[in-house]
Amino acid sequence: MNSIKQSINIAKFQSLIALFVLCLGLTLMTDNFLTPDNFWNVMRQISVNVCISVGMTLVVLTAGIDLSVGSILAFSGAVIAGLLKHGIGIPAANLFIGFTPLGAVIMGLLLGAALGFVNGFTITRFKVPPFVATLAMLTMARGFTMLWTKGHPITGLGEELKFLGTGWFLGIPMPVWISGLVVLIATVLTGKTRFGRYVYAIGGNENASRLSGIPTSKVKIWVYSLAGLLAAVGGILVTARLDSAQPNAGVSYELDAIAAVVIGGASLSGGRGTIIGTVLGAVIIGVLNNGLILLNVSPFWQQVIKGLVILLAVIIDKSNKKGE
Amino acid sequence: MQPLLEVQQITKRFAGVTALSAVDLRLEGGKVTALIGENGAGKSTLLKIMSGIYTDYEGIIRYKDEEVKFSRPRDAQDRGISIIHQELNLIPYLSVAQNIFLGRELINSFGFLDRERMIQKTKVLLEKLKLEVSPTALISSLKVGQQQIIEIAKSLLVESEVVFMDEPTSAIGESEVEVLFEIIKELKAEGKAIVYISHKLDELFALADDFVVLRDGRVVGQGPVREITRGQLITMMAGREVMISKKSIKNKPVEKVLEVRNMTLQNPGNPQRPLLSHINFSLGKGEVLGIYGLMGAGRTELCECLFGLHPDALSGTIALDGRIREFKSPIQAIEAGMALVPEDRKKDGIVPGMSVGKNLSLTVIDKISKFGLLNDTLQSKLYDKHVASLKIKVSHEDQLIRNLSGGNQQKVILGKWIERKPLVLMLDEPTRGIDINAKNEIYELISTLNKEGISVLVISSEIPEILAISDRILVMSEGQISAEFSSEEATENNIMNACIPEHINQ
Repeated sequence: MNSIKQSINIAKFQSLIALFVLCLGLTLMTDNFLTPDNFWNVMRQISVNVCISVGMTLVVLTAGIDLSVGSILAFSGAVIAGLLKHGIGIPAANLFIGFTPLGAVIMGLLLGAALGFVNGFTITRFKVPPFVATLAMLTMARGFTMLWTKGHPITGLGEELKFLGTGWFLGIPMPVWISGLVVLIATVLTGKTRFGRYVYAIGGNENASRLSGIPTSKVKIWVYSLAGLLAAVGGILVTARLDSAQPNAGVSYELDAIAAVVIGGASLSGGRGTIIGTVLGAVIIGVLNNGLILLNVSPFWQQVIKGLVILLAVIIDKSNKKGE
Repeated sequence: MQPLLEVQQITKRFAGVTALSAVDLRLEGGKVTALIGENGAGKSTLLKIMSGIYTDYEGIIRYKDEEVKFSRPRDAQDRGISIIHQELNLIPYLSVAQNIFLGRELINSFGFLDRERMIQKTKVLLEKLKLEVSPTALISSLKVGQQQIIEIAKSLLVESEVVFMDEPTSAIGESEVEVLFEIIKELKAEGKAIVYISHKLDELFALADDFVVLRDGRVVGQGPVREITRGQLITMMAGREVMISKKSIKNKPVEKVLEVRNMTLQNPGNPQRPLLSHINFSLGKGEVLGIYGLMGAGRTELCECLFGLHPDALSGTIALDGRIREFKSPIQAIEAGMALVPEDRKKDGIVPGMSVGKNLSLTVIDKISKFGLLNDTLQSKLYDKHVASLKIKVSHEDQLIRNLSGGNQQKVILGKWIERKPLVLMLDEPTRGIDINAKNEIYELISTLNKEGISVLVISSEIPEILAISDRILVMSEGQISAEFSSEEATENNIMNACIPEHINQ
């Protein structure tokens, strides 16, 4: 009995162990992996993926998927940059509205949440499968980004916004503060609130949830709205770090997010997974990226190796499940 | 007589738990052997070993005087051993014919699927089973009971020497049961060996030649059925005497809790034949109203309508506690005081990957919250209370509900509704596939609830069950109420008569 319990505990910490081994290996093989500079560099790099992945975790827990987060990230970032730099001018009414950095950021967040809401609404109201609904949003939001930016980057956004991407506070980079806060809130939300319990229940058995009086559609709309909101948070970080909004920002970020969720042990069929697991998944991907660069591995091979790691993680996870 | 299939000293362990220990069994051709035991006694495990699903076991299987070891179910099938599962193994988005021929498709001379021939053969099979569905209908469009019959048809397609049936009647109505029995008798006459698992002892006495009783993975009794009584069998199974008898003390309620007038549910596929038409009945406070009917009679739809599941196709009035109600969704029905324990436990009842504690609190999440945050202590209290009062056999709060037996899963579902103290508790086949001890506990629970003033609407396909727990009985047939009996007038015969469709028009 004891040995069964122990093996379950080991399974729980498997990704933690994998991460530790990875870090140990890189420390031994390179001179500059274990340096404060590189540590904060990695943390800053993964913070965007962490934000998006947290939203993706919520969606995946309900047995859904959100392919549109990369495009929503780009559109929100572009809107923030555009509002901040040019404001909104309506020549016919001889009207001009300028935006402070805070105002622009709030508008960007609202936009992200609104696009997520549209995802949730089409999925619940018209029963469009999440894959299709968010695929459509992926295309549309990218199109809107191109229209808004006319295909050109919007640069020179001022020190205040830049601070969010590159600044430090109490010795920790701002993006790490922001993604850390997102993780904290999401952990409480999923583990400690009625909303979180409903998210797990819907993913575990939507029929039974509905018949238990859970407002399944409402919960799902909230989940997709939050995923959109968190994509917009990612958009703020990306735009602020580069001090510019790129029309092709965030392309294929949804895939990195799904990878983090899956490596973190969540089940794509819903009901199983944790925020902490996903964060570990995102960290593993980030450290791997960083390590492969430090080891001078060709970018082409980097992709092959990342793919293998995703497969390996899921295979190990599956074989653990068999024992239970 | 030489046995067709013989197992010797079969032992099977699962992660430290012994499911079967040193089981011997002999199956002869031309005989029906009843395999009896409570849930968890090892019946299904034994069948799965004999049919090649579990390949990791100790002991010997001899088939036609030859030692065999199947490495997969197909091996056993090819040798003439087939199994009809308790769980449905059908693919919802394939047609009836495609499911029946799955894995043994007929090929024409060009190497393509011979669709015509498969549909023809399916038609013949369905006629034999008296099931009126089209061979090209999708499985997902069929009711659970019909699906069960398709499962049976699937196994009849293969020429088998040995047929295992794991609770084939748990989801089908009486008239389908009769068809099934005829088929079993035919198979028997053809010299085949049949193993039949069922919780319904009446069926076993009607059908079986021999019996084998399993308890805790051991054979505790076997012999010819004619040499044993019902009481003896039950004692062997449970280790104690259990009897289901007709309900003796009846409630005569004065106050009406639920009143349904002129309820009609349109059939979107066929406007001429509504699923429910002009249903009128009332339910008194603390009363148990039993609803009996064959498969497709509209019993489940009736509950669904009272639970806000078909708001668009429904007409008529529902009055709950004196107020006219219109339920647009389950949420509204629940808030008004309705509760439903659904027919298909796996599909609609449990959240399998969640713990028992979380499943129990699903309907009362606000009760275990403090300042908007879930409170573990409150949830544990809720769990402790229900595990004790419902006698749920569970090792700890975090155990996943899917690892419990059917009876214990059902108690958890009951618990989550009792906690809400509903006005009307609807139970759709509450004891399907549940062992006799758990059944009795659920019956006791129902009568406790009545004393607390909760009214119960119970649907069942088992007449003895309906008789045992109801104060009043409605019989449904083809979407209408065809008869109503007080418990004094109700007998197996007049209930059966009222549910056969022809009687309505006479």
